[in-house]
Amino acid sequence: MSLRVEHLSVDIARRRIVSDISLAAGDRQFTALLGPNGSGKSTILKTIYRIHKPAAGRILLDGTDLLALSARDAARRIAVVAQETTSEFDFSVREMVMIGRTPHKRGFDADTDADHSAVEQAIERVGCGHLIPRSFNTLSGGEKQLVLIARALAQGADHLILDEPTNHLDIHHQVEILELIAGLGVTVLAALHDLSLAALFCQSAYLLSSGRVVLGGPPASVLTTQTILRAYGADVLVIDHPDTGTPHLIPRRARPDSGAPARCRPNIRNTDIPASPEEP
Amino acid sequence: MPLALVLAACTVLLLVTITLGVGLGPVSLSPAEVWHVIVGGLAGHPENTTAGIIVWQIRLPEVMLAAVVGAALTTAGAVVQVLVRNALADPFLLGVSSGASVGATAVLLLGAFAALGVWAISVGSILGALAAMATVFAVSRSGRGLSPTQLILCGVVLSALFESVTSFLIFRGNPQATQSVLFWLLGSFGLASWNQLPIPVVALAAAMIYLMAQGRALNALAMGTEPAASLGVDVRRLRRNLFIVTSLMAGVAVAVSGIIGFVGLVVPHIVRLMVGSDHRRVLPTGVLFGASFMVLGDLLARTIVAPQEMPIGVITAFIGAPTLIVLIRRRPYLYGATQ
Repeated sequence: MSLRVEHLSVDIARRRIVSDISLAAGDRQFTALLGPNGSGKSTILKTIYRIHKPAAGRILLDGTDLLALSARDAARRIAVVAQETTSEFDFSVREMVMIGRTPHKRGFDADTDADHSAVEQAIERVGCGHLIPRSFNTLSGGEKQLVLIARALAQGADHLILDEPTNHLDIHHQVEILELIAGLGVTVLAALHDLSLAALFCQSAYLLSSGRVVLGGPPASVLTTQTILRAYGADVLVIDHPDTGTPHLIPRRARPDSGAPARCRPNIRNTDIPASPEEP
Repeated sequence: MPLALVLAACTVLLLVTITLGVGLGPVSLSPAEVWHVIVGGLAGHPENTTAGIIVWQIRLPEVMLAAVVGAALTTAGAVVQVLVRNALADPFLLGVSSGASVGATAVLLLGAFAALGVWAISVGSILGALAAMATVFAVSRSGRGLSPTQLILCGVVLSALFESVTSFLIFRGNPQATQSVLFWLLGSFGLASWNQLPIPVVALAAAMIYLMAQGRALNALAMGTEPAASLGVDVRRLRRNLFIVTSLMAGVAVAVSGIIGFVGLVVPHIVRLMVGSDHRRVLPTGVLFGASFMVLGDLLARTIVAPQEMPIGVITAFIGAPTLIVLIRRRPYLYGATQ
């Protein structure tokens, strides 16, 4: 159960969006794709789930060419949870999860006991049973993501692709969703916006900038003051998370002496963290 | 509610509306008389009594055609709404009706296809519909298939163009013929006959078989292009096929009855509010409910201002608009109101 991307380049409207990307999502590992807006995270994910066609390179699922599989067969191996979706149509939570069974069915196939039990198990695993009587459109953002994860689980895939699944969610739901995903025991490749949160959950990370991989590896080596400056052009402090020791980013103001409440400043100066990343 | 129960209820509704549609009119017939003639006719020996002729020769073909057209427009509407992911879409959004108008107007005003006799209008309108459909399809196609926004925009723009062609023909035509164009444009089943039925029935049946097989794919497509693709649906091919199927169904409906608005927009919404959005429920319910709706509309069109016949488009709008508004106000979250 592994997903490898080798020397992938993708063009959209004749413009190269990502070039020569190589990355791997290991068996039952949580792999994060990080990088600023427009760095190519979504494009890579969308190429894996066939919205875009690669201009060069290949995508290997357990060593075989993913794009040579039919769309149906690929969907049985790889499920996708994108950003919060809205629907013009009123589906119940159970119907929404049942839609995950689509790649397993043909033509006039009715929902079998196996389909119903896959749906029940997915709902139970995600813990959204209390939402069953509701209509999907009435749910909050966090609840919708739970249901979409349940749909992905009902799809029965052993690989899960997530495109910023915690966008627009409050901190409680962000942690809840990522904790759930990390505990599913499937191979996860997720584009994430919040770097500290990503570091808390992923085993490995790839930092992208302008369609190229800046650095890949364990989050502690990928997320440093220098790499963040290079990829984002942002000046941040990186400290260790007190619980896990994973890198935690603290943004800094461009002009530290203006605007911040006076009583806060001495505390920062008293720490032994270097005041600027250039100083050793 | 289980689907079987809904379908049973809608079947009863359809049988009741058919009985009323056939029974009521200048000469009223009891349900027993109506069904006596229908059963006799189905067995192959229609009665030669007055009631027999009224039912079998006049009213039943009209009621059956209304039922089939109602079912076809409802099905086409429900599918077009998924195709372009827009609740405001109707089967005529993609240019079918305005193209058909050009064809029918050319027949009525310029005498095109005069050699085909009573079939001239049908042939003219279906050719117009097919031409419009092909144009919209060609114009809105891009490297990545039919995109909903391009479909809507191209459909609306080309519809406006075709409508101005119709207007030009009317402007050039003579006033008497213009009257018949206007009547055709508003839709009617008044000239129905048995031999008009086979083509729409076959079109509807073929479309329903294809669409029911695509029920799950339609549900996935309702989520959007990308979720559908990630669920293993070949979105490009599905969109293309849905476009062809709905345009043909709407084109055939227009050819036999003119342009009956509102049914394809309103009835799918009513059906979704009854059974939810799962297309494996929406489509069969829509066929029965859409048929009932149109039979009732046709009955009102014939009887409200008898002996004159009201254009049925007027009736469908008068019933459909308030019904939908009541339903929308009961379920505000579905229609963009804040939660």
